[in-house]
Amino acid sequence: MASSTPDGFDVLVVGAGPAGMAAAVRAAECGICVGIVDDNAAVGGQIWRKSAEEDVTEDAKSWADCLKARQVTVLGGMHVFDQPEPGILLAESSDNRSVLHYEKLVLATGARERFLPFPGWTLPNVIGAGGLQAMVKCRLPIRGKRVVVAGTGPLLLAVAAYLKAHGAEILKICEQASWLTLLRFATSLLTQPAKIWQGIQLSQQLGGIPFLTSSWVAAAHGDKMLEAVTITSGSETETIDCDYLACGFHLVPNIELPILLGCEISDGFVQVNDLQETNVSGVFCAGEPTGIGGVELALVEGQIAGLAAASRIAEARHLFGKREGFRRFARSLQRAFRLRPELRMLAGPETIVCRCEDVMYAQLCPYTSWRSAKLQTRCGMGPCQGRVCGAATEFLFNWSLDSARPPVFPARVESLVAVRDIKQQDPQKIS
Amino acid sequence: MNVTYDIIIVGAGIVGAACADELSRRGMAVAIVDREWIGGGATAAGMGHIVVMDDSEAQFALMRYSQQLWHKLRLELPDDVEYEQTGTIWVAADEEEMAEVRRKRNYYGQRGVPVEELDAQGLKHLEPHLRDALAGGLRVPDDAVLYPPCGARFLMERAQQSGAKLHLGRSVTQIGDGCVRLTDGLEMQAQYIVNAAGTSAGDLTSGLEIRKRKGHLVITDRYARFLRHQLLELGYLKSAHSVTTDSVAFNVQPRRTGQILIGSSRQYGAEHKEVDHEILARMLRRAEEYMPGLRAMSAIRCWTGFRAATRDKLPLIGPWPDDPSLWLATGHEGLGITASLGTARILADQITGAAPEIPIEPYLPSRMMLSQTLKEPANA
Ligand SMILES: Cc1cc2nc3c(=O)[nH]c(=O)nc-3n(C[C@H](O)[C@H](O)[C@H](O)COP(=O)(O)OP(=O)(O)OC[C@H]3O[C@@H](n4cnc5c(N)ncnc54)[C@H](O)[C@@H]3O)c2cc1C
Ligand SMILES: Cc1cc2nc3c(=O)[nH]c(=O)nc-3n(C[C@H](O)[C@H](O)[C@H](O)COP(=O)(O)OP(=O)(O)OC[C@H]3O[C@@H](n4cnc5c(N)ncnc54)[C@H](O)[C@@H]3O)c2cc1C
Repeated sequence: MASSTPDGFDVLVVGAGPAGMAAAVRAAECGICVGIVDDNAAVGGQIWRKSAEEDVTEDAKSWADCLKARQVTVLGGMHVFDQPEPGILLAESSDNRSVLHYEKLVLATGARERFLPFPGWTLPNVIGAGGLQAMVKCRLPIRGKRVVVAGTGPLLLAVAAYLKAHGAEILKICEQASWLTLLRFATSLLTQPAKIWQGIQLSQQLGGIPFLTSSWVAAAHGDKMLEAVTITSGSETETIDCDYLACGFHLVPNIELPILLGCEISDGFVQVNDLQETNVSGVFCAGEPTGIGGVELALVEGQIAGLAAASRIAEARHLFGKREGFRRFARSLQRAFRLRPELRMLAGPETIVCRCEDVMYAQLCPYTSWRSAKLQTRCGMGPCQGRVCGAATEFLFNWSLDSARPPVFPARVESLVAVRDIKQQDPQKIS
Repeated sequence: MNVTYDIIIVGAGIVGAACADELSRRGMAVAIVDREWIGGGATAAGMGHIVVMDDSEAQFALMRYSQQLWHKLRLELPDDVEYEQTGTIWVAADEEEMAEVRRKRNYYGQRGVPVEELDAQGLKHLEPHLRDALAGGLRVPDDAVLYPPCGARFLMERAQQSGAKLHLGRSVTQIGDGCVRLTDGLEMQAQYIVNAAGTSAGDLTSGLEIRKRKGHLVITDRYARFLRHQLLELGYLKSAHSVTTDSVAFNVQPRRTGQILIGSSRQYGAEHKEVDHEILARMLRRAEEYMPGLRAMSAIRCWTGFRAATRDKLPLIGPWPDDPSLWLATGHEGLGITASLGTARILADQITGAAPEIPIEPYLPSRMMLSQTLKEPANA
């Protein structure tokens, strides 16, 4: 059971991925009271999510050990869903709700995969690339299964390597970006030996698997379940029998909570200053929400945010140079894996775009904005509140999403009522 | 470019849409202008309860008239309007409120509205998830629920089929003397202008006093068959109608999707769209008191909306005395979804010189001029 210390936290971190862990550790080094909250039971975020049978990487382990050593309060299995007033967050777990008081806040809410609708994408066994990896970590049997990995972004290669190592037969990797843009991207990495090393390792692991560029999924087929996928390069198509399609179109930042807190957003990312502080004083942001940049950038940004939140400005400054290098990488990542316009044409009139409310592509076409489409078709009105279809329609129709409203995650009615008790109670657990 | 119409309606909410439909069906050349999309104002925020109320004889007449118009229209409504004749149950918590059940039963009954008085057992039988030890209730089977944004769109599409011209994404800066001025400098001319701009109506017509009354709603995930009727506490009558203080009331609605829409709150002087956590919590606590099962339900979204309130709690339907070209169709407070159809009829009757089916005097805007020197009425 979670509860905050009676006086609340000097620094509270939302999200226990690399960025959040780094922030919490750095902030806690000077003996202040630090808490970290995540909706997963264990720390690690997307990349360091612990698998059932294997040990986590050394990096992950050392950051997790530091959290313990620095006595950071870890609030696992809790999602933050609201900020009733500045300095107070509400969080909920499956059987509890908490009122979390903070002096300084670090938002390290990470990213999720982007899905784009194509005929058949809602068939069972069509899964996000990172999603399939997570399922295998949770013991989904993959040995001997035939998998097509498709979409865009460096995640595809990481996932393919992981699945292969676990006995999957990877039939093809389809990257929508062109060979030329990838080459430019690779060249831009020449200044980053670590990235090149990772690349070499990956390509060794992936040896022998056909890697197609300028290639994407046109349709998934199957009666009750996935049986085959059609891939295309625009001019040529090919249909491949398979058991799984692991398909994701790079990442979308989780910025709903930052928006709710009033953080300035530009081009879809949270705007921060040198010290990772947002326009809301005392609220910092690190990791994917400030720009998709991978684990190294997340770690540096997290450290800077944690140090700055603990007012260790000089130490934070020492990391600026390192961060700049990773940011360059993030920028070239963004350029390289830009979605090609052909992907806007994949959905047929009857392809479902919003899975929560079963809204088809043709139903959305008459509308000129997310809000009008939403009001008229119920697109994005279901439990996921547009987390999936919002990112798709942003690309398909160029719609920008509306404002965030509480709860940013679904929350029990009784948890929303807890707001009322804040003023009457100590900042402690309310049950 | 100057375009001339018989009538220009400012506002494509459900009231403007209903007026456009009615007037164009009577053969008039109608244009509608809205700065957003159809039904994006209060219409997008409202609960969509089609309900007969009896605060006053005049309110009752318009609501009953409108409720029957919706009933007649129901077979033409497309699926996405989600019209469902769920009926209303007014829930009585104690004997005092049962007295109100009986008063209401007699009042509705005498005026031809079917009603059924429920004792504690009867109430529990119809809505098993209400808490124990309630006194009873009054069931009004003719009441219904619908999904307002699609209702407005349906009416607007019918208007367009009768020739109405819709101008969306255009903001009006000035109206009067048969002229509508848009932000982009364009002027549109018409014999008549209808101000159906909801809570913004007062910005366009000087001397028109419309107050914003904020409300909160919460929607849950899907819980099929948990709730069957729209339920309102009878304490509603006491709290919702106090003009001065913030109030909350138990008011829940079953959606066709199995979702439950939880209301409601009323606040004056709150101009911001943001959720007010204090009042939201009070509202939900009230709902939990009546239906403990709501507590564990997953709430997926909260939102707010503004009702356009007049001082005497009746809408403004008719000519504006200061300008012979100007007509009003606004001020429906929390009842404009229901009252839209009746409003459109009596407005069109006045404009075309037809005989209205209900007395229209109580809704005439001229009453505002007369009562300007009078004080705000005491709480009824
Ligand atoms: C599905 C998926 C799989 C990935 N797999 C790989 C991989 O194999 N290899 C690789 O190099 N990169 C992978 N990435 C990219 C990798 O996640 C990032 O580069 C890196 O983890 C970013 O770290 P972060 O701390 O910014 O975010 P994350 O690791 O995403 O951590 C954010 C954490 O915050 C939590 N959170 C968010 N909002 C709330 C809230 N309101 N309340 C409570 N908790 C909240 C999230 O659940 C999450 O645990 C993957 C990304 C995704 C989306
Ligand atoms: C929380 C809540 C619950 C409710 N529940 C119910 C219920 O259960 N049953 C019921 O019957 N009623 C209910 N109502 C009331 C109902 O929603 C309103 O009375 C009704 O929607 C009013 O419709 P309207 O067309 O007058 O206004 P709106 O829908 O607000 O339309 C006005 C339109 O005018 C446009 N506009 C304004 N100014 C300009 C300008 N200068 N230029 C161009 N366009 C302009 C706006 O963009 C808007 O689209 C509820 C209201 C709220 C807030």
